[in-house]
Amino acid sequence: MNFDLSPAWISIKVTLSATVIVFFLGLITAWLMTKYNGRWKGLIDGILTLPLVLPPTVAGFGILLLIGNNGPVGKFLEIFGVNIIFSWYAAVIAAIVVAFPLMYKTTMGAFEQIDPNILSAARTLGASEAKVFWRVAVPVARPGIAAATALTFARCLGEFGATLMVAGSIPGKTETIPIAIYFATQGGEMQVALIWVLIIFAISLTVLVINNYWESRKKNQQRGFGG
Amino acid sequence: MEFIIDIKKKLYDFQLDVKLQSKEDTIGILGASGSGKSMLLRCIAGLVNPDEGQIIINGKTFFDSEKKINLTMRERKVGFLFQNYALFPNMTIEENIAFGLDKLVKTEKKNRVSALMEKYHLGDIGKRYPTQISGGQQQRVALARAVAVEPDMLLLDEPFSALDVHLRNHMMREMSELLKDFQGLTLFVTHNREEAYRLSDYIAVFNTGKVEIYGQKDAIFKWPASLETAKITGCKNIVAATRLAENRLHVPQWNISLTTVMKIEHDNGYLGIRANQVKLVDEPDGQQENCFKVWIADESDGPFRTSLYLKIGARPESIHDFHIQCEISREERNHLKNLSEPFIIYINPEFAFFVDQ
Repeated sequence: MNFDLSPAWISIKVTLSATVIVFFLGLITAWLMTKYNGRWKGLIDGILTLPLVLPPTVAGFGILLLIGNNGPVGKFLEIFGVNIIFSWYAAVIAAIVVAFPLMYKTTMGAFEQIDPNILSAARTLGASEAKVFWRVAVPVARPGIAAATALTFARCLGEFGATLMVAGSIPGKTETIPIAIYFATQGGEMQVALIWVLIIFAISLTVLVINNYWESRKKNQQRGFGG
Repeated sequence: MEFIIDIKKKLYDFQLDVKLQSKEDTIGILGASGSGKSMLLRCIAGLVNPDEGQIIINGKTFFDSEKKINLTMRERKVGFLFQNYALFPNMTIEENIAFGLDKLVKTEKKNRVSALMEKYHLGDIGKRYPTQISGGQQQRVALARAVAVEPDMLLLDEPFSALDVHLRNHMMREMSELLKDFQGLTLFVTHNREEAYRLSDYIAVFNTGKVEIYGQKDAIFKWPASLETAKITGCKNIVAATRLAENRLHVPQWNISLTTVMKIEHDNGYLGIRANQVKLVDEPDGQQENCFKVWIADESDGPFRTSLYLKIGARPESIHDFHIQCEISREERNHLKNLSEPFIIYINPEFAFFVDQ
């Protein structure tokens, strides 16, 4: 059996990059949306959440329209001789688009749970908005943010449809684990597929379990059961 | 210290319309729940914007709708004690108190925090988290945190409502002690007349978004100037009355006339007598001024005091058939058992007040 490990490295590279970007993007968008109470809130929230309810292939199609060789972003990048379609960057973009709503929605839920008096207290004590965010809102909402990050990571790791459309399946370049599973199964290499299934299973479970342990330890510390 | 507040804000079911001006240092705002008094504090602190008007504290304009001035919360330098204390759950007690002190150098910050911890009796709990300390300690931490930044003004929103009765009395004494040290204006909101009376010399009585009356507490409690003020300050006996002479009233419902020290200026209004000012006397003939024959319709015993529900001039037909409520000690109640009905009550002219319609 000829087993190529490259999908694992590609998957990890894509997933980590996308998770880091989605983490900050989602966190800040969620905070701004929590504070915004204007009349466009419903519409903006709908647009930001859309990729969660649409099929990933629709997201893939949209990304292709934008960054494809004839898309506005694609044409712009061509000036600099950069072509991101069918590169691992495209896989990162696909993962970002698909995972963003998970991070954004879950985090916003956590921010909305914060007692507004706590945030007001920080402001009356002279805190700037940046300080309110980093020193109060984020730490208080941390369990929700951690859950959102774990979900984001898992979603990025498992991304298939949009990735296939914009990054293709170039072995050693853009072939991630989920895509490797698909093509191995298609090609009748059930053993290869099974190994990848077990690997992705192990990674996802590890991340979720570590997240849970870490959170419960933190929680106990603030409640005074050791730690 | 001087402040001028003149604001309007549309609320869900009434309009907040507050005009209040004072030079006092500590003012209690007394009003029923939902009368808009907490909203007033929120407007002063900048948590909520009034629709129009102005807020000027110590010559500093916080808000002025005409001049388009609206300072941010941090510019106002107002200490706010929230009803639920709003301590930061992710920080230790020390970190909570130090939160607003980022501008200080490290040693100075440390000194200020430990001085406050000492003064507020928080000595050995500095490393704990807010969920690990008692309600009374939480309140002290919240107060220490608020005064740590040396605000020009302290706003206390129902400071004792989250505490049980025992702790409440204890904290009230402690709070008035701590407030004496505070160099600035203190406004605090409560629905409890006892708290208002104990903590401040001047009281503003609030009723559906408006300041009903503002003044020295003893005057307000002795002779409330309006019907609502009489109710909010806890007067239990309020009854329609008409003027007979400058110092004499007739109460048609009770079929009596009585003398007051207060000068009566209007023809129609209400007589108010506090339940603890209705005295039972041994005077047997009951012919003296302001003395009336009463029968007991009902009674309700507290641990130390008893409330009697009395009917004037005739035997009551049921427990609901009473005119006047009277509060006496258990000893006085026991003493009554040696006498027989009707008893005699005496209404001191000094404590009978009249409010116009």
